[in-house]
Amino acid sequence: MSKKKIYRQSDRSTQKSMPIDWSYEEAPENTSHATFFKNYGFFINGSFTKYDESQSFESINPANGEVLYRCTEASEIDVDAAVKAARVSFEGEWSNYSGTQRSHYLYRIARMLQERAREFAVLESMDGGKPIRESRDIDIPLAAAHFFYYAGWADKLAYAFPGKSSKPLGVCAQIIPWNFPLLMLAWKIAPALACGNTVVLKPAETTSLTALKFCELLQDIGLPNGVVNIVTGAGKTGEYLVQHPDIDKIAFTGSTGVGKLIQQSIAEREISATFELGGKGAFILFDDAALNEAVEGIINAIFFNQGHVCCAGSRLLVQEGVADKVIDLLKNRMQHLIVGDPLDKNTDIGAVNSKTQLEIIQRYVATGIKEGASCYECSGSLPNSGYYYPPTLLTGVSQSSTVVQEEIFGPVLTIQTFRTTDEAIEKANNTPYGLANGIWTDKGSKIFYVGSKLRSGVVWSNTYNKFDPTSPFGGYKESGKGREGGISGLHAYVKLVNNGAMN
Amino acid sequence: MAKEQSSDLTSHSNSMNSIPKTYKNYINGEFSRTESGRYYSVKAQDGKHIANVGLSTKKDIRNAVRAARKAHEFWANKTAYNRGQIIYRIAEILCGRREQFTTEMILLGYSREAAENEIQACIELIVYYAGWTDKIAQVFGSVNPVASKHFNFSRQEPIGVVGIICPETPSLLGMLGLLLPNMVAGNSQVIIASKRYPLPVCTFAEVLATSDVPPGIVNIVTGSKADLIPPISKHMDVNVLVGDTSLDADFRIMCELESASNMKRVFFWESFIPLNELNSTPNETIAFCLNSLKDPYYILYVQEVKTTWHPVSE
Repeated sequence: MSKKKIYRQSDRSTQKSMPIDWSYEEAPENTSHATFFKNYGFFINGSFTKYDESQSFESINPANGEVLYRCTEASEIDVDAAVKAARVSFEGEWSNYSGTQRSHYLYRIARMLQERAREFAVLESMDGGKPIRESRDIDIPLAAAHFFYYAGWADKLAYAFPGKSSKPLGVCAQIIPWNFPLLMLAWKIAPALACGNTVVLKPAETTSLTALKFCELLQDIGLPNGVVNIVTGAGKTGEYLVQHPDIDKIAFTGSTGVGKLIQQSIAEREISATFELGGKGAFILFDDAALNEAVEGIINAIFFNQGHVCCAGSRLLVQEGVADKVIDLLKNRMQHLIVGDPLDKNTDIGAVNSKTQLEIIQRYVATGIKEGASCYECSGSLPNSGYYYPPTLLTGVSQSSTVVQEEIFGPVLTIQTFRTTDEAIEKANNTPYGLANGIWTDKGSKIFYVGSKLRSGVVWSNTYNKFDPTSPFGGYKESGKGREGGISGLHAYVKLVNNGAMN
Repeated sequence: MAKEQSSDLTSHSNSMNSIPKTYKNYINGEFSRTESGRYYSVKAQDGKHIANVGLSTKKDIRNAVRAARKAHEFWANKTAYNRGQIIYRIAEILCGRREQFTTEMILLGYSREAAENEIQACIELIVYYAGWTDKIAQVFGSVNPVASKHFNFSRQEPIGVVGIICPETPSLLGMLGLLLPNMVAGNSQVIIASKRYPLPVCTFAEVLATSDVPPGIVNIVTGSKADLIPPISKHMDVNVLVGDTSLDADFRIMCELESASNMKRVFFWESFIPLNELNSTPNETIAFCLNSLKDPYYILYVQEVKTTWHPVSE
């Protein structure tokens, strides 16, 4: 993309700190051990099906725009085969396994992921464009941790639901997004298997690689056939999966728009569904906060994973008295961010996941400017090929601005100010979303007061974008239904029955 | 059964000294007539007219939702202890008005025994739920041992405004079975009363009005489901819909379909209230209902889980 810098009059003050030469030696991650095929079929009933040229699609490496591998788009027949395999497994072999046996498989998956972590990290970065530092330190270790955590639940479910016994739901249809491919897979598969379900999972069409690679690992540990099935494809494949008459559960992570369509499409069916949808998290910064730390927090809140994070802190609400100072600090800090090759260990911000997403981000920023926002972009250089977007601030926005109300899913932060605590709460809550919010203050009582008023499933205080398998995650309002992680995450995959311990 | 009615029902009978009651909606702590100005006739088993009950419309739903939303924060912010006491107080007041309910239910065709039985079950259920307000967070909340230097805890919070679609029968116990978990949860609600047996639900508003429940927390609207379910399921400021599977499948599908507009949570509990001929309702049925309604998971599902993180450092 062309690097058009937009500096407004108000940005002059920061020019003294503008282009600093922080050149680093290149530090590319070695990719030689991360092997993958050029073409992929599906993973059904324990083995890979044949790649089918006639229904193939390309997966692009967003770092350079080149084709990385090809996948097969699952048709209705393919999806049916996957669901059948999952059904047979659920009714048959898998149902005979005790919780203890299930836990042993899950523990093995966790260990195998740890052993092969670097390989998965490299593939994740190549496929999705995220910086290797993040895939290496966050995505893959957390995915392994999820399997390890839920492995332990498989034989302890009797303790998870006081007064109730649990039964598995059956065949789970799971659809995951492209922003944390393997991690989202782990969030979906680990609790489902722990509770005794079988799954058919569809990764996003731009990031199928680690899911397919994961199947090799399942073959290695000898997970019984049909317990996990992976079909690849785009929206149409997802539709076949959701519409399949023989599924018992839908777990969807993706946009609110698609979530609503799924909700409508299953209105006539008795089917359990959980959703993790969009977000527009506020990062509320009070004037008593440690500002330098808070600025680090903002950087992490919005620029983590190129801002492709449903819980991103994409709206900075800063208390009026410190707004100018914070914006200066932020601009200065942003100049030190390195946008570039995802496989370079120095890279802070990698490639935008796809051309489509890049265009969405560009369109939103253009809309923001058209509606009166001032735009400030990082001045560092961007790679010549591939899809990149510089860290960006939008100031002069109002609560009703499109860029404040809608999820951009990119490295774009809007900045608004507030005077009183209640005004901050009101602004934070004033979107249809309710996934996550942040509070930054040195006053403990304020954290609990504001935290209790924020209508979101996660509140990060004096921190942001932290995840853990023991920690429930999910949305209020239009950000979803249900939780993933912790004991709450088990609820999504069980039927509860009274065990006679009542009253 | 007609015989049983004779002595107690003078106030409702058609004798000269009776003063029949006008049954109204209960919105924002006030008894108000439906905006529609229309009504339907509730009849006794022998076909005699007992009362006119409002056929409410979209506008009444809108007023009720507005009242519920306005009151929500006040209720949500009360301490768990206080909420428990307020709910317990409902049982005390209902106890004192036992005879009024019995009389009305007999008029609708209940045997005296069945009426007394159901009311007793209602009182017991209220007391049961009153005790949950300050225990949900302890039983179902958690401190999460995250693998980083953070203190992390999850606890249940109210969801907001709830639309409650009452089963037709038993109208009072069924309504309370849906209402109480939501009151414990800290939600505020709009109740669509049983169309066939609305009187005990309407009269329950008198219990609420004379108890300590703040206005707007529980709003009761009467009328036909065909008029009331569309506006409540489409309403963008309603967060949850609850009912049970005794509701017609078409209505349930409508609720599911329309709820997608703002991702409402929709719950149709497996009918804990089997449809029975009222007079033959055996005591066991009520006992069974009561037992299955005593379930804290009904509270859990109408709450949100909020997880809070904070760093641990020197």
